[in-house]
Amino acid sequence: MSQAAGTLKHYFVTSEQQFDAAKMGMWLFLVTEILLFSGMFVAYAVYRAWHPEVFAHASELLDWRLGGLNTLVLLASSFTVALSIHFVQKGQNRKVVVLLLITLLCVAIFMVIKYFEYTGKFAHGIFPGAGYAPHGEAYAEYDIPFAPQFFSIYFIMTGIHGVHVLVGMGLFVWLVTRVVRGHFSSAWYTPVELTGLYWHLVDIIWIFLFPLLYLI
Amino acid sequence: MHEGSYLGASRGLKSWLLTTDHKRIGILYAVAIAAFFLLGGILAILVRTELTAPGETVFGQDQYNQLFTLHGVVMVFLVIIPGIPGILGNFVLPIQIGAKDVAFPRLNLASWYIFMAGAVLAVLGWLLVGKVDTGWTFYTPYSSGASNAVLWLTSAVFVAGFASIFTGLNFIVTVHKMRAPGMTWNRLPLFVWAIYATAIVQVLATPVIGITMVLLFLEKLLQIGIFDPALGGDPVLFQHFFWFYSHPAVYIMILPAMGIISDLMGTFSRQQVSGYTFIALSSVAIAFLGFLVWGHHMFVAGQSALSSIIFSMLTFLIGIPTGIKVFNWVATMYKGSVWLQTPMLYALMFLFLFTIGGLTGIMVGVLAVDVHLHDTYFVVAHFHYVMMGGALIGLIGGLHYWWPKITGRLYNETAGRIAAVLVFIGFNLTFFTQFILGSRGMPRRYHDYSALMDVMPEAAMLNLASSLGSYILAAGLVMILVYALHSLFRGKLASANPWGACTLEWTHTGPVPDAHNFHETPLVTRGPYDFHLADDVFGSDEEDS
Repeated sequence: MSQAAGTLKHYFVTSEQQFDAAKMGMWLFLVTEILLFSGMFVAYAVYRAWHPEVFAHASELLDWRLGGLNTLVLLASSFTVALSIHFVQKGQNRKVVVLLLITLLCVAIFMVIKYFEYTGKFAHGIFPGAGYAPHGEAYAEYDIPFAPQFFSIYFIMTGIHGVHVLVGMGLFVWLVTRVVRGHFSSAWYTPVELTGLYWHLVDIIWIFLFPLLYLI
Repeated sequence: MHEGSYLGASRGLKSWLLTTDHKRIGILYAVAIAAFFLLGGILAILVRTELTAPGETVFGQDQYNQLFTLHGVVMVFLVIIPGIPGILGNFVLPIQIGAKDVAFPRLNLASWYIFMAGAVLAVLGWLLVGKVDTGWTFYTPYSSGASNAVLWLTSAVFVAGFASIFTGLNFIVTVHKMRAPGMTWNRLPLFVWAIYATAIVQVLATPVIGITMVLLFLEKLLQIGIFDPALGGDPVLFQHFFWFYSHPAVYIMILPAMGIISDLMGTFSRQQVSGYTFIALSSVAIAFLGFLVWGHHMFVAGQSALSSIIFSMLTFLIGIPTGIKVFNWVATMYKGSVWLQTPMLYALMFLFLFTIGGLTGIMVGVLAVDVHLHDTYFVVAHFHYVMMGGALIGLIGGLHYWWPKITGRLYNETAGRIAAVLVFIGFNLTFFTQFILGSRGMPRRYHDYSALMDVMPEAAMLNLASSLGSYILAAGLVMILVYALHSLFRGKLASANPWGACTLEWTHTGPVPDAHNFHETPLVTRGPYDFHLADDVFGSDEEDS
C-alpha cells in the first residue's frame, strides 16, 4: 500500500476514487473515439447504400486472407493484454513483461501485413483520391465511377485505425519500461488497465472494419 | 492582495503557464478568450460599418466575405464555445461541488494549450497562407475548391475541438467522482448541472466535427470525392456531418449560460430556485434533444420532405425544456427579494433577449416559414439573440457575479449598471432591426444592398440604425473592460460573500480561494439555494435573538 499512497494525488481522498476517476475518464475518451470513427462509418454506409454493386465489386480487390490474418493477430494481442492486466493485479511483473512483449510482436506483425497490403495497392495505382489510376492485370477493370470512393474510405478508415495502432505500440513500449523499473504493483496499476481498455477499442474497431471492407 | 490566496501562492510567468490549478487555468482561458472576443468584436464593427449605407462603402466584396467569415469562426470556435466552460466552468465548478481540483488537472492545462494551438493555426493560416471567405460553415463544394487557407482553418477547428472534448471529459468525471461528502446530485448548484449537460454534448458531438474537418481536409488535399460533387461526392452529406456537430454546439454555447442565470436568479431573488429538479433535468433533456434536430438547418438544401417534417417537429420539442427553464426563472423572482445588482441586470437581460431568440428559433423551425426566412437577416438576428443575447450575456453576467471571488475586488457598481444599459440598448438596436430587415427579405452575406433599395427603401435607415446600435453595444463592452481593469488594480477589496449567496464557493472559502480551495473538505448539509438553512450566510437565529 505504500506505493499506492505515493501515487495518490492531493486532490483525491482515496486511491479507489482516483482509480475510478481515471477509468471513467478513459471510458469517456473511448466514447469520443467511437464517435470519431462513426463519421467514417456513416460515409461508408451512405456510399455503400448508393452504390452497393461497386462497393461489393471493389471489396473483392482486398485480400480477405491478409485481413483475416490481421484479425487473428489483433485478437491474440487483446488476449495477451487482458492477461497482462490479470497478472499485474497479482503482482507477477515478470509475466506482465513477457505478455506485453508478445503483444508488441502481434502489433508489429499487424503493421507489417498492413504495409504489404498498402504497397501492393499503390503498386497498381490504387491511391486515395485524385491519384487513383488502377493499372495491371485484375486491377484495370476497377477504373469505374465510385470505386475511388471505396478505396478512399478504405485508406482513410484503415489509415486512421493504423495511427491508433501505432499509438498503441508506443504505449506498450512505455508500459514495458515502467514495469521493468518496478513502477506497478497489485496496489497501483492504472496505466496498464487504461492502456488495455484503449487497446480493446482499437481491436473492436478493426472487428467492424474487417467484414465491412474485406468480406461484404 | 489577499494573503494566502491562489493568486499569491506562487509568482512569475512560469507559475501561470505551468499551473495545474483549475482556477488559474480558468484565468488563462479568460485572458485568451477576451483577446479573441476583442478581435471578433472589431470584425463585427467592420462588417456593420460596411453596411451603414447601400453601395460599397468601405470594403470590397471579397474583403467583406473574409471579414464575416473570420468574425464567425473566431466568435463561434474561439469565444462562445470555450467561453463559459473554459473560464467559469474551470474556476467555479470544482469549488461548487467541494472538490480541491478537477479530476485531471494536467489534462486541463493541456486543453488550454491545445486550444491555443488551434487559435495559432487559425491566425498563422490567415496571415501567411491566405484569407478564407467560405463563411464559418465551410460548405462544400465552395470550401473544397477555395484557397488552401481553408486547410489551415479546418485544422484549427479540428485541434481546438480536442480542447473542448478534454474539458468536457474532465468535468463529467469531476462531477461524478469528486463531490464533497453530502453533495448529492439534488444538491448540485444548477450551474454545475448545466456544465455537466454541456460536457455530455462536448464529448459526444465534438469528435464528429473533428472527423468532418479531417474528411474536408482530405477532400481538399487528395480529392477523395466524398463531399465534392465534381468528383461524385455529395455536398449535402457535408452539411449533415457539419450540423450533426454544429447544432448540438449551439447547446454547448447556451446551456452553460442557462446555468449561470439559474444561480443568479436564486442569489439575487434570495429565494430557492423554483422547480430545481425541472431546471436541472431540462438541461439534460436539451442536451439529448439537441442531437436530433440538425436537419432543420437544411430545409432548403435538398433533404427529403419527410426528413424535413420530422426534423421540424423535433425542433419544436426543444421549446419544452427551454420553456420550463424560462417559466421557472420568472417564478423564482415571484415574491422573492429581488436585488438589482449588475449581475442580476444581465440575468434579466438574458431572460428578455433569450426568449426572443428562442421564440424566433421556433419560427424558423417551421418548414413553410423557413423557406422564406432562410439566408435572410431574420436568421442572423435570431442566432445573435441566442448566441450574443443568450450565451455571451450569460457569460458577462457570470463574470460580474464571480468577479469578486476571482480577483478579490469589487467593481464600480454604477459603472456596471450604466454599461449594462448601454449593452441592452445597443444590442436591441443592432439586432431587432435585423429581424425587420430579414422578414422583409434582405438576404445575409451581401456587402452591397443597393439592389434592394427599389423594393425596400427603408433598408437604408434600418441598416444605419443597426450599425449605430453596434457602436453603442461596443461602447458598453469597452466600458466594462475599462472598469474591470480599474477594479483589478484599484477596486475595493471584496468580502468572502458580497452577494450573500449560498453555494460553497461563497460560503466556504475566503475572499479569494486558497490554492487548494478549502482548508478542510466541506460537509454539505443543505441544497444550493436553501437560504433559510444557510446559517453560514446570514447567521443563525440564536445569534439574532
